[in-house]
Amino acid sequence: MKEIAVVAFSQSDCLAQAGAANEVELIMPQLQAVFAQVGLNNAQDVDFVCSGSCDYLQGAAFAFVSGVDALGAVPPIKESHVEMDAAWALYEAMLKIRMGHAESALVYGFAKASSGELPIVLSQQLDPYYLAPLWVDSVSLAAMQARLLLEQGLVTQHSMAEVVVRARRNALDNPHAQLHSETSLEALLAEEYFVSPLRPSDCAPVADGAAAMIVCTVEKARQWGVPYARITGIDHRIETHNLGMRNLTDSVSTRQAAEAAGALGGVVEVAEIYAPFSHQEIILSRALGLGDETRVNPSGGVMAGNLMMASGLSRVGEVFRRIAAGEIGRGVAHATSGPCLQHNLVAVLESA
Amino acid sequence: MAKLAAVVGIGQTHYKTRRGDVSIAGLVREAAVNALEDAGLGWDDIEAVIIGKAPDMFEGVVMPEIYLSDALGCNGKPMLRVHTAGSVGGSTALVAASHVQSGMFKRVLTVTYEKQSESNAMWALSTPQPFSAHLNAGAGGYFAPIIREYMRRSGAPYDVGIKVAVKDRLHGARNPLAHLRLPNITAKEVEDSMMLWDPIRFLEACPSSDGACAMVIAAEDLVGQSPKAPAWIRGVAMRSEPTMYAGREEVNPQAGRDCAADVYRQAGITDPRRDLDCAEVYVPFSWYEPMWLENLGFAPQGEGWKLTMAGATSLDEGGDIPWNCSGGVLSSNPIGASGMIRFAEAARQVRGDAGAHQVEGAKLALGHAYGGGAQFFAMWVVGANKP
Repeated sequence: MKEIAVVAFSQSDCLAQAGAANEVELIMPQLQAVFAQVGLNNAQDVDFVCSGSCDYLQGAAFAFVSGVDALGAVPPIKESHVEMDAAWALYEAMLKIRMGHAESALVYGFAKASSGELPIVLSQQLDPYYLAPLWVDSVSLAAMQARLLLEQGLVTQHSMAEVVVRARRNALDNPHAQLHSETSLEALLAEEYFVSPLRPSDCAPVADGAAAMIVCTVEKARQWGVPYARITGIDHRIETHNLGMRNLTDSVSTRQAAEAAGALGGVVEVAEIYAPFSHQEIILSRALGLGDETRVNPSGGVMAGNLMMASGLSRVGEVFRRIAAGEIGRGVAHATSGPCLQHNLVAVLESA
Repeated sequence: MAKLAAVVGIGQTHYKTRRGDVSIAGLVREAAVNALEDAGLGWDDIEAVIIGKAPDMFEGVVMPEIYLSDALGCNGKPMLRVHTAGSVGGSTALVAASHVQSGMFKRVLTVTYEKQSESNAMWALSTPQPFSAHLNAGAGGYFAPIIREYMRRSGAPYDVGIKVAVKDRLHGARNPLAHLRLPNITAKEVEDSMMLWDPIRFLEACPSSDGACAMVIAAEDLVGQSPKAPAWIRGVAMRSEPTMYAGREEVNPQAGRDCAADVYRQAGITDPRRDLDCAEVYVPFSWYEPMWLENLGFAPQGEGWKLTMAGATSLDEGGDIPWNCSGGVLSSNPIGASGMIRFAEAARQVRGDAGAHQVEGAKLALGHAYGGGAQFFAMWVVGANKP
């Protein structure tokens, strides 16, 4: 199986509101940044392009079509799109490289989630006949999940708040973070509930922005002469949509994906986990089998800023950055989709 | 090099204005079960599911793969959702094929659908956007001026589109799954139908359908486990260009020409009209047949309409290169599935399994899809013979 290398990554600042900037204006600076990292001019210099976005966040059919305007696709390019987080666009790009139809690929994700009420928009992901008409929002579903964990003694309000304190503190070193501060358990636990048992700080903020990445064969990475990280495993799994049939205190699909990606077979120095709610980081850390030797979300994770449709890709990018900088040798990235962690992707990155 | 892969199972629903008898989940499952039965396989034989459809607003379900995981037997497996505008049915087939061609999977299921009766596609395509002109024109209004430009340039007679509309409906009458089955349709009837977007008349436009299409794609070593003849994937290609740019050739888009050249090169095709036995090409408005005949290299520029008028693309007239024997998009159009139906019908032809619309002895066929402002293209060539 052909080895794939990550050679460039960039993400925008996580902005609560990007103002009048349109999607193309969110994407272009990130594309220019990744092209500059490798010394490329534009999307003509890669063999394949794949993006992730969601029409409902833009409020328009074909949100990605205007995104193509950011690419300079003249003459025409090989290009595809997933209506998913861009971590899955990365997955599609890897298939394309492994089948030999591309040596390099540009991957990007973007959203302006501030245009709507995200938890309400996401309620329309649910079964359209039985659940969506109830308008159960994503925060309420996560609150139910947190309640189950609390009642079974699998987390405490204290351990949830610890996740937030660490995320905000780690985010002090992340120039793109939306929320970063030195805060205390006492301060967080003094907050009023938002949707009990979740406090506002237990929920990732909603952010506008974009992220982009360039991947290629290891041969191409060497030819380009840039630092790179190898993706030595990647897998994703989905679970039943029927919440009543799932054990919401566990993430079976994350464990399946981690096993298939080979995440469990070595030291994990850093894990970047896509956990939009504090208790979910605890579920996911357990599903990934992480111990004390692993630094979880040193970037602050999505608690510091959640770029819808790009946060999964950013998790991979954050691990890449640390490997390329020589800080670590091996790390794991995770992405999620759907209510209460229904669909999960795990990637393993290692140094060259 | 890409690993060899073949279509070993195909399943479709029947297509109609409103499938009120099934939910969205029921619709996709119907196609999926038909494909598994066709392949002689069960759910456990499938390693991953790749799903595609046109905009989520067509049914009002955000990222519907999340809801459809159960219906498609996907729990515990990878599930990927492709969305590339009207070409999505074709792109989804290509992404599914890449799962096998990359060597990462041995056998996958791919499903595309649209249940247009759940919502209003015209509305979904016309939501006003900040800083953009609000056209509210739908697809027909967008393509009508491009067709007029084709007519002006080529000097084609006014009734070429009428001829295509009749021809594809006669083809559709042979296909028991088709939405429109009009065995007695006449040119006069098409000509007398209401003008919707000049020069596109009502009967020169595609219907709006509910329906789903599914395929099972297997790696070389598993092809023999399915009972029916495989359709070997001989070439795959996609191309995109922006909706608008200075000097853009909208009548004969470069992305389409490049995509065709790429897929022909892989399949060893030098003269598509001679080398291919038939083609399933995305023709949602009648005039797109002569336009794509030129774009895809079946005819010199400005002369596609001559093939159409000579009956070259007609099964009933014994044409040498029948196009859209299934009835095409003009006979059935569940948008998100329409591209995959083209890909699947091309595969049915080379499997010798196309029933009353079979092209006798078909060995090599083209499946084609396009979308957006004729800017996204997906194509494959499938063959009866292993490459």
